[in-house]
Amino acid sequence: MAVMSYAEAAKQAIAEAMRADPRVWCVGEDLGRGGVFKQYVGLVEEFGPARVSDAPISEAAIMGAAFGAALVGTRPIVEMRFADFALCATDELVNQIAKARYMFGGQSRAPMVIRKPMGMWRSSAAQHSQSLEAWYAHIPGLVVVCPSTPQDNYAMMKAAIACDDPVVYLEHKNIWALEGEVDPDAPGAFGQARIRRQGGDVTIVSWSDCANRAAAAAAMLAEDGIDAEVIDLISLWPWDKAAVLGSVARTGRLLVAHEAVAVGGFGAEVVATVAERAAHRLKVPPRRIGSPRGLIAYAPNLEDQMRVTAEAIAAAARQMMEPAPA
Amino acid sequence: MGRTAAPPGAAEEAGIGGRVIRRNLDIDTGLDRLAMMERIRAFEAAAERAAVDEGLVLGAIHLSTGQEAVATGIIAHLDRADYMTSTHRGHGHTIAKGADPVAMMKELLGREGGCCGGKGGSMHIADFGVGMLGANGVVSANITIAAGAAHGVKLLGGDQITVCFFGDGAANRGPFLEGINWAGVFDLPILFVCEDNRYSASTRTADMTAGDSLADRARAMGLTAAEIDGNDVNAVAEAAAGAIGRIRATGRPEFLHAVTYRQGGHTYFDPAAYRPPGEAARMAETTDPIRRQRELLADAGVAAAQMDAIRAEARAEMEAALDAARAAPWPPAASAFADVQDIGSPQREPF
Repeated sequence: MAVMSYAEAAKQAIAEAMRADPRVWCVGEDLGRGGVFKQYVGLVEEFGPARVSDAPISEAAIMGAAFGAALVGTRPIVEMRFADFALCATDELVNQIAKARYMFGGQSRAPMVIRKPMGMWRSSAAQHSQSLEAWYAHIPGLVVVCPSTPQDNYAMMKAAIACDDPVVYLEHKNIWALEGEVDPDAPGAFGQARIRRQGGDVTIVSWSDCANRAAAAAAMLAEDGIDAEVIDLISLWPWDKAAVLGSVARTGRLLVAHEAVAVGGFGAEVVATVAERAAHRLKVPPRRIGSPRGLIAYAPNLEDQMRVTAEAIAAAARQMMEPAPA
Repeated sequence: MGRTAAPPGAAEEAGIGGRVIRRNLDIDTGLDRLAMMERIRAFEAAAERAAVDEGLVLGAIHLSTGQEAVATGIIAHLDRADYMTSTHRGHGHTIAKGADPVAMMKELLGREGGCCGGKGGSMHIADFGVGMLGANGVVSANITIAAGAAHGVKLLGGDQITVCFFGDGAANRGPFLEGINWAGVFDLPILFVCEDNRYSASTRTADMTAGDSLADRARAMGLTAAEIDGNDVNAVAEAAAGAIGRIRATGRPEFLHAVTYRQGGHTYFDPAAYRPPGEAARMAETTDPIRRQRELLADAGVAAAQMDAIRAEARAEMEAALDAARAAPWPPAASAFADVQDIGSPQREPF
């Protein structure tokens, strides 16, 4: 066990994978100087500029070329800098990478990790703050990961690099410096949620940094005598339906919290799945809490209006615990 | 070495009877090129017949009739291990790279045994066994992918080169600039071949393209680039020999702009009525690469009957491929869910 930051955890996972497998390499803008968030610092010194490769500001080429390199036997880690910029490479990801194995009848694989730093961070406004994980969960062929802790960023990064499928790997920019214990021997598993807190009153499902806020909300709720169970999905495709359904069967209450816009968000998928399979277990209607369908502003007071806070999650859970009006 | 059409030492090209013929052409090589072009044309003809007469080809197919010299001349200088990416108009490239026409025809008909198991169809033809990394349904998208294949080869220390075929329309999308810049920046062993058939779907490419020269766009990014007659298979092959030889020696990318002509419509069901009256007939008369190669070989003394036999053999091969495809069953229904992904596969978790 070692204490390290969320950013360091992923870097350590990458370094270990690169030492073990010469086919693993990283490519993206500014990687030679450690990357825009310094999440690659030191890697170029150890592995050299060919395997920790700088790139032109050409998102489509970064994604497309990494894909081509994957087709001939390398295992690229693709850095998109900001999840928002990955939209410049949408054809490469959605039409090419996600579909190649199938379209070519299983002749090829695209073993790629596509890192897309996401989420609201420090007055970054509308083009540098988005949470678009639901888009990728919608695309067959992709695995989607949204880790929230150093442990999971280490273990899931290792799992993603080892995976033969393309993995959209969405790290939250706001928690690069978040520190926590990392057990290098605890493997990451896709589709296996982490129960951040056990509880019997209400199930709160979340992922990415919002899972940390959900955990904080659960602590607040505990002070009010409400015993919340917090499920951190970690991966959205596949996602741990069994953990959610099992929890809801015990609590009878489902609240899904995510930073992304609520409308069409992945919370809708979670709620719909529970409604289809376990509606009879629900004591109160399920709820989802996400960003209003508005845009993220620069000014902090405007930005805050789109934010899903621990307080808001706790307030929603409290409402669900109130007795139904007579 | 086989027979030659003209004595060694003569001028390399000379105008004879209003036609330029290439001297010192090895006749066996010339016949090989003719045979490959005939096979490509025969495949396209069989596919078109299967589509039009029998309704067996279900989706759109984009025929390369008239463009055979580019695929034939370039790929003649590739090894099986070399990589190639192609376009929605990719049957010719795929045949020339060595793919099995039976598996290809089955793919066009969506049948079991198709090279992609019936999942891709014409626009996603691929045969990784011969280095054919896929046709592509998105114009220009294969340019960055091909650059990446070359990048991967370089990282792995391989000696394969990559050839990227794309059309004239692709030069107006971003991946053209991004992919060529990438190859230049990273010094990648790749040959970009712009197979210019003069039409971007139903639009004359010249009407929607700024500037005079696509090759100049590549030159501006530091690549050695040449414009060649894409309807002269021997000129294409000669240019390819030079470029590919240099790429193998230096590892540096190059660019060829091969001007040819799409004799049919964008798809087999496009009558291409937007072309100026008489253009197609005039071009078929004056630029058709198979006609030109036959005339060249005839001038060199090859009997018409020998060339007719090559054509008949190609047609028989592709007719047999169509017969085999016609007789093949649909793919098993369960395969619809296979080969999407390992983790979260729809075979286990479709919803």
